[in-house]
Amino acid sequence: MTRSTPASGSAPEPVPASETTTEAAAAPGHDPAHGLAPAPVAVLAADRVGFAYRRSAPVLTEVSVEVVPGRGVALVGESGAGKTTLLRLLLGLTRSTEGRILFDGSELNLGDRARMRAFRRGVQTVFQDPYSSLDPRQRVGRIVAEPLRSLGLLTGGGTARRTEAEARVAEALDAVGLPPDAARRYPHEFSGGQRQRVAIARAVVGHPRVLLADEPVSALDVSTRVRIVDLLAELRETRGLTVVMVSHDLAVVATLCARTAVLEKGRVVEQGDTGAVLGSPRHPYTRRLIDSVPRLPR
Amino acid sequence: MSLLEVSALTVKAPDGRALLSEVSFEVEAGARLGLIGESGSGKSLTALAIMGLPPAGMTVSGSVVLDAPGLPRTQVVGAPERALNGLRGRAATVVFQEPLTALDPLAKVGRQLAEPLRRTRGLRGSPLRAAVLAALEEVRLPERVAGAYPHEISGGQRQRAAIAMALACEPALLIADEPTTALDVTVQAEVLALLDGLVSARRMALLFISHDLAVVARVTDRVVVLKEGLAVESGNLLDIVGEPRHPYTRDLVSSARRLDSALDWGAR
Repeated sequence: MTRSTPASGSAPEPVPASETTTEAAAAPGHDPAHGLAPAPVAVLAADRVGFAYRRSAPVLTEVSVEVVPGRGVALVGESGAGKTTLLRLLLGLTRSTEGRILFDGSELNLGDRARMRAFRRGVQTVFQDPYSSLDPRQRVGRIVAEPLRSLGLLTGGGTARRTEAEARVAEALDAVGLPPDAARRYPHEFSGGQRQRVAIARAVVGHPRVLLADEPVSALDVSTRVRIVDLLAELRETRGLTVVMVSHDLAVVATLCARTAVLEKGRVVEQGDTGAVLGSPRHPYTRRLIDSVPRLPR
Repeated sequence: MSLLEVSALTVKAPDGRALLSEVSFEVEAGARLGLIGESGSGKSLTALAIMGLPPAGMTVSGSVVLDAPGLPRTQVVGAPERALNGLRGRAATVVFQEPLTALDPLAKVGRQLAEPLRRTRGLRGSPLRAAVLAALEEVRLPERVAGAYPHEISGGQRQRAAIAMALACEPALLIADEPTTALDVTVQAEVLALLDGLVSARRMALLFISHDLAVVARVTDRVVVLKEGLAVESGNLLDIVGEPRHPYTRDLVSSARRLDSALDWGAR
């Protein structure tokens, strides 16, 4: 990382809207603090976003977070802190009431279908509960192939199209460590950990750049959890996938994400490199969070 | 004589599959025991069998003996409902994982808390109201919670309310079944500290059920490890964490150790 840990609560510099390509990031003087290595442009960013339901107190206030390729971000905080809402904004599922969401440097417009399609190809998601996120009536092969069809990632037609889909599904299943015959089976035939692998296969089948995950391992047993964390770490290496995740499990965060943003009551109270934020927390809430984690006796 | 004596407890599903096989352990009065296992290991089923509440269709065999002071020594397996009703709440009681399912959504917290207090202590009117407030205070809940419905308070407050209800009958044994799994880490720490303090202060026995070794280590030092209905290892928690003997325990400990070591900032 080229930037040093920002001070508590500080917002990362907003990305100018003109920067739509990664080449633009190579422009000199992008990062005044470090002239040698220019900061890579954020693939996804929240720029001073706020969100409030009508006639209610805001859920998020002035939140700025950027996702730089290869630098996973963890969103940490208590329930009700706004983590999931922020994730929904970053996923383009909810429209922010203040500020902007930037994808490759330009503002995400939920109404622009062609652009949203490009966004969906680049940004995919995995949900917390593998028991409710997979359609029980569809075979795994069909579930995993879904993004290929809905995002128009298949070329050709007829048999060629089907063969291509099958090949890409097989590749995705292999990438998540499931046997090829998994494609012919139904979700109920799999354990929780295996189902989460299916959900991850569905997310990575179209080779997205960013994976947004809401508590992807918290519903799993400890030994399964370690295996899924290993899988996500492996996909990060082999596919250059950047993982952005909401989690209350600091151990998982520390293993998977280079950066951490701590939310409290809808505001980012601290963010920076994970080692710095969790290793020497500045904000009292972060300190309390870290002190609360039960540790294994030596 | 132990307060709780479980021997060769076996629970079979309607199709004959054994969900618990010959599980045995004891809890002395005032002692603590952790029951560790992953999903499907039979931990919750053990709690329900001790309470004489096995899910419909299950066949229970073996022995569960509750011997609480001031109450008849009772063999729970096969006991009539009437005998069990006299024990539940007083000999043993449970705090479940999800407080929302343990609390009545249509009754204010104060009223739900008043019910066991009235039944066991025969209180009415203003002494009952005072007892409700004292019970809330004991679990560090503010007075106003008495007038709130369960959905109006936070998850941590709900679990405190559930704990207050469980303690209302002054049980000899408190069974806590993953009581903090649904809570935030900071709230979990508070609720664990609260449970730890209350169990000591009241000299209650505690059977603490969890999948999380680190959480169990916060409240007890003696554990039984369950896997697919079998007790595969038991003993001192420090010994088991330091030198697990069964392959399953080894896997469990090494997984937990790997995640835990990610938090060692100083060592990096």
